[in-house]
This record gives sequence, structure tokens and C-alpha cells, in this order.
Amino acid sequence: MTIQTDVETAVLPAERAARAATRFGEKVRVDDEGAWVVEAASLPEVARALRDDFALDYLINLTCVDWPDRFETVYHMASIQGGPPLCLKVAADKAKPIVPSLTGVFAGADFQEREVYDMFGVRFAGHPNLRRILMWEGFAGYPLRKDWREAYYEDDNKPLKSRWPEGDFFFGEDKIADWDDNIKYPSGYQAEGVESSRADDNIVVLDADELHRAPSGSERLIVNMGPQHPSTHGVFQMRLTLDGETVVDLQPVMGYMHRNHEKIGERNLWLGNMPFTDRLDYLAQLGNEWGYALTVEKLMGLEVPERAEYIRVILAELNRIQSHFWSITFLLNDIGAFFTPMMYAIEERELILDLFEMATGSRLMCNYMRFGGLAYDLPEEFLTMAQTLVDDRLERAIDEMDAYLSGNEIVLERMQGVGVLPPDMAINFSTSGPVLRASGVPYDVRRAEPYGVYDRFDWDVVTRPEGDVFARYMVRVGEMRQSLRILKQALRDLPGGEIMGGKKAWQIRVPAGQAYGRVENPRGELGFYCVSDGKANPYRYHVKSPCFVNLTALAEMTKGHKVADTVAILGSIDIVLGEVDR
Amino acid sequence: MSDNNGPLYRTPTLDPDVLEQWSSYVERFENDSDFIAQQVEQGVMVTTLDRLVGMLDGVYNWGRRSSIWPLGFGLACCAIEMIATFAGRYDLDRFGAALVRASPRQADLMIVSGTVTKKMLPQIVRLWNQMPEPRYCIAMGACATGGGPFKEGYNVVSGIDKYIPVDVYVPGCPPTPQALIHGVMTLQRKIDGQSIRDLSWYRRGEVEEIPVPVLGADLIDLRRLPEIRGQLTPVAAEGDGAGEAGPAAEPAVEAVADDTEA
Repeated sequence: MTIQTDVETAVLPAERAARAATRFGEKVRVDDEGAWVVEAASLPEVARALRDDFALDYLINLTCVDWPDRFETVYHMASIQGGPPLCLKVAADKAKPIVPSLTGVFAGADFQEREVYDMFGVRFAGHPNLRRILMWEGFAGYPLRKDWREAYYEDDNKPLKSRWPEGDFFFGEDKIADWDDNIKYPSGYQAEGVESSRADDNIVVLDADELHRAPSGSERLIVNMGPQHPSTHGVFQMRLTLDGETVVDLQPVMGYMHRNHEKIGERNLWLGNMPFTDRLDYLAQLGNEWGYALTVEKLMGLEVPERAEYIRVILAELNRIQSHFWSITFLLNDIGAFFTPMMYAIEERELILDLFEMATGSRLMCNYMRFGGLAYDLPEEFLTMAQTLVDDRLERAIDEMDAYLSGNEIVLERMQGVGVLPPDMAINFSTSGPVLRASGVPYDVRRAEPYGVYDRFDWDVVTRPEGDVFARYMVRVGEMRQSLRILKQALRDLPGGEIMGGKKAWQIRVPAGQAYGRVENPRGELGFYCVSDGKANPYRYHVKSPCFVNLTALAEMTKGHKVADTVAILGSIDIVLGEVDR
Repeated sequence: MSDNNGPLYRTPTLDPDVLEQWSSYVERFENDSDFIAQQVEQGVMVTTLDRLVGMLDGVYNWGRRSSIWPLGFGLACCAIEMIATFAGRYDLDRFGAALVRASPRQADLMIVSGTVTKKMLPQIVRLWNQMPEPRYCIAMGACATGGGPFKEGYNVVSGIDKYIPVDVYVPGCPPTPQALIHGVMTLQRKIDGQSIRDLSWYRRGEVEEIPVPVLGADLIDLRRLPEIRGQLTPVAAEGDGAGEAGPAAEPAVEAVADDTEA
């Protein structure tokens, strides 16, 4: 199996590109990697034309690269019909970076632009709510700029001299940091009056005049739900504006689990990032690894042996099943089926984790994939155990859960017609995964741009037309069955042979270039955007998180519903905070 | 009993008749074993204060160790393993420690399960302050213990023990459910060794709250505020803090001086 590495895949089909080029004229220049370099001023116009006339109606990724002479915002747009994405680039001035906002064209650009503003300080003209999203207001500096250094800064790149190659192990960072701690303050900062001030914007304090009366006669109320709340699935905050019990507005507040994945990733060696990807979406470890491996393989032009591709499919689909078990029963947990379904589901999940432990050595943080293959082959007993699990156990467990829960009256009452997201909105909000498919859009990266050996299996993309919480639940149940179908075929066809392609090398050489790789994770499309400058570390390492982007649509889904329904709606999006905040 | 050196009872000052009766009573108590048995049968138990406290400790500790209610509080990846520990296969309830409370007011144990970020830290400290004594803290995993793989991150606190007293550290990234169970058992052993005599929550006065850190230009630990001001403002830098001021503080002095002149 060859992974396509030619740059042609990243461009529109030739005749379309030619048509587009004549249409936009001077405003667009195609660079040598196939990306379109667009003039900043005409970006919204070009994006709107691509969306309306060239069927690139789905913004899948938005990020930024800090080059020595410019900031470059990067957009990946794809067609909802499938096919590879087109990459757009816009250069911004280093001293005063301003780029027009795309929120008017794609609603899904909202949070991603805020993230770029937070991390790079690039301002988006026309953005309705350009505030920090992962760090707090008042934090000094824009962390992902190349000249910004963290308190524990030791060197631009790992391996750090203090520990390698002599093997001298000490906590270098503690000696380096000015405050013997991971903190630093900008020059001229005065810590006066901090005790009484609320520098964090986590808590809303309203004046009496702001508590105006709503038309219905009840008070507008602002409620902070989270970050410590049993229903938020982690440290996530929803700031609700309520009219009585009805949600008027909702603002997600995140960043409580922002652990600097991208900054650390740009200091790490290429392979050193592999264990970190496990910790992104910690319910879909192997999917994350695959996405990262896929992206770097694209950059390096590596071939992956067939056996390794099959094993990747087997593990990724097992992963999808265990993740859906978890998310479905936690959704039920949120609407009141407290803990009982979860206990049963976790029992099945543990069996799958046993398989992971057998294959990779770890239940949760597998660190199993490598560029060009896998770290080691499966043990002999794995196949018989996986076969038994897939043929006998899991199918029955899914059927049982489906039979007992899906038809339950309370489940239907609480889920049907709640949090409806129409298909056009789902696309415009850049949602992906079960959230998108539950709105009736049959978009699955495994079909839209097949990776690995997914084109060899016979399976269906599960969709539901309703777009409500119940549809998302049912899509997940259906996907578990489809995963079993894929697993049966993959286990049957698993070939022998090598598990590692390419030449063995101590140091991985990644040629200069850029690549966007994407996989279908249980929560949606996980993308990695990597830029290499030919050195031992990534120049830019960006993770496009499906949960983070899906949350953009949360406010739209909850408006008009009751407070109790927000819990169900959030549960149906199924966020994992490690990936939302990275 | 008669082996004791000092008197068993301190005789109160009473009128001589009563005193004589009392002395004979004590004498009989010290010498006549049958009399002691008789007294015990009547429901009177005589022991030393140390032994009494020891017995009370046993009851108190048994109660506490057998019903450690954790706060429903998950931070990151470790929370998944924590939930797995609460669930069917590992069943932490066998140790009385899986009745997860949604409110810190009802909880005894905070399992800090995952990376502690600066943005989340004020909330964690506030939750800890809201938990009533006796309370315990388990730092689960590498991140909560010392920052873990994310230590160098600009938004990561290098270990929760910089702010909250930790009772048990559980290593691992993430620790397996078995490791967490071992952590809880270790905590139980620790509880067994406690005595109501030397625990702060049986003493007078309120337990001091940990000042909730503030998010300024970076995380500000209010306990270190004098030191921070000393390094950042020119007055203190010229005085006692001049030697300690790192290279980062020097431009601060100039910048502030410019401001005052303008």
C-alpha cells in the first residue's frame, strides 16, 4: 500500500484549478506545494466563491504558522462530497498582523480564529468576539510565537543539552527558571492590587443595572456551569444566560486542560510527539497515533507494509468501539440512567483494553505506531482473543444495550427533538464525526479521503436524518456495528509479513515541506498539520481537534432549550477535554 | 494495677469521713482483684487515658478509613482510569472509597487525577478549601505529582503539592487501576496511624485556608506576593531584594522608572 505523497493530491482537479485561476486573477497565486496564496484583502471573497461555485463548502482546518518574516494563516477547505482538501494561505504583517475574518463565510471559523489570536496574536478583522480562548485574558504574550519562551525554556529543540548525550539527569528546568517555578512575569509588570482584582474572566459578576427584566417578566440569570461539574465531562465551563429555565445564550469557556501540546510538540523530536498524541483524546489513543503517523509518513514519503496497515485498522476500530461504549453510556448517565449502563459498558470496554495491553503493553497510552509501521508485531494469542471478542461477545453486548436502552421511554423523551442541528448548519459550523452524520450528511474521512486500507472493506457510513441528540446516540450505536463488520473482514484478511517499512534509522529525517493528514476518530475528523524545515523537530505542529470545532455549534443547538437539556446536548457532542484544549 | 508507681486517683479534698471511706475504697481497688472484677461487671471500666484514646482512635479511624468518599473530580487522562477503578472490574467500593460525591462539602478525598493547569488551579484550591476536615489528597499520576510529561508547558503547574498538602502520590502515566487501589490502601494505612490527639481538626481554631492563586500576567501565588513585588518593583529591588533579583527583573526596573518619570 502506497501512501500518496505527490503534491497533486492537494490541488483541485486541473480544469477546476484553471477556471479558478482565471476567475481570481491576480488575487491568487499557486505556490510550489499546491497551496493557494491569497491576498489578505480578498480572502473572504475567494473563500465565498470557493464555497458557492467550486463546491469547497467545508472548512476543515484553520491555523497559523509563524515564519521569520511573516505570519501565515492556513485554511484547509474540502468538499462535503469528498476528496482531498485545498490549502489556502494568507500572509500577515509581522509587526501588526491583521487578517480578515472568515466567520461570515464559515461559522466554524469562530473558535479556530480565536485560538490563532490567542496563540499568535493575529487579529481577525470582523470577528464578532475576538477574545482569548485557551489562556485567560491578561496572560502575557502569545505562546506559539517562535520568539516567545516559556519559563522553563532551556533550548529551542530537544534533546536538551543538559541531559543528553551524557545522560546527566537533573531537573534542568528548575535551575533555569527565574522563580524556581514555572512562572514568569513580563518586564514592568506590577503585581499591585491582584488580591482584590478578578484577572480571570471565569466568573461573571453582574451589576444590579444589568439584571434587566426579560420580556416574560422573569429575571435574566447568568449561570456558570463548570469547570467543576459532573455533567461537563471534564474541566469545561458553560456560561448560560437564562430566562427562567430557558437558555437564551450559551458561551463555552475552555482552556482548563490546555497543556501546551503544540508548543511542547514543536520542541520535541518528531518521534517524541508520538506518546503525546495518546494524551490528546485519551479515549481514542490509537486513532490519534495513526493521524500523526499518517501525516509524517506523507511528509517523508514512507510506505507502510500491508500487515501494519491491517493491524492499524484492527486497533483503530477496536478503539472506536470502546470509545463509543464510553460516550453512549455517559450520555445516558447525563440524562439520568445513573451509572448502571456505564458499569455494563465499562465491563466490555475493559476486555478491549486487555487486547490493547496485550498488543502494545499499555491499557491507555499505547505509543504503538511508528512512522512507516508499528513498534512491534502482535502477540500470537491476540488474534484468537480478538476473534472471540468480535464474533461472540461485543455484538451481543451492543445488541443488548440497544434493546434495553434505545427504546426506553425516558431516553426517547429526553433525546428526541432536543438540540437539533440542521445539515446545512452542521456543514457550515465545520462539525464532523457523529455530530455531522446525525444531521444526515454522509461524510466520513474513511470514505471521503480513504487512508490506510479502508477502501478494501465493505461497510456503510451510518447517518440519521433528524439531527437531534437521539440521532447522535443512534449513529454511535450504528457505528459500533459497522466497526465490527470492518473488524471481521480485517481479522479474516490479515496478511503476514513485515510490520515496519523503510530503512531503519537512528534519527528520523523529515524533508522540508508541509502536510495535512486526517483520520476519522470516534469524535470526528482529527487532523494534523505539520510543517517541517528539514530539522530534527517540527517547525509547526498543529492538531485540528474535532471536539473543539464541534463545540462551535453548541450554542446554536442549546438556544431555546431548558438547562437540563444542555447537559444532554453536551453529552451528545461527546467532548474529551484533553483534545478540546490540547 | 498495683504495679503503677503513682496514685491511681487524685484524692479530692473532702471532709475527713468521706475521705477515709474514699481511701479505703481506693485501697481495696488497688489490692483486691475480686473487687475490680465486681466493679467491671457493674459496667465500670477503668483504664488509662492513653488506652482510652487509643480505643477511640481505633473506632474513629475504622470509620474514616472504611468510608473515604472521593470528590467527583476528574482533570485529564487519569480521570478515565479513575472512573475505570470505580467501575465494575476493579470496584473500588470494596474499599469503601467509591461513593463519589458531586459536592466538595460532602467529600473526604480529593483525587487530583491529571494535569493541573494554571487556569484550573484557582478552582482546585477553592474546592480544597471547601472540603471539610478531615480531608485527604491523592496526587494521581505523573502530572499531578510533578508536572509529568507536560511539565515544561507554560500553562502547567509542576505538581499539585505546591499548593495542596498531598497524602499519597501514585506514580504512573496514567497509573493503572491497580496502582490507584494501592494508593487508596496506602491512604487507609495512613489513616490507621492517626490519633485524635495530634490532628489539627480536633484542635481549637479554624483550619487555615489556602489562599486562592490569582491569574495575572502569569499565575500569582498570593503567599509569594511580597517576594514577587520585591523582585518586580524598583523600591524593593534597591533594598533587600536586589541580590535575589534575577536577570528578568532588571529590565522591569528600568521600565517602571520610565513610567514614574513620565
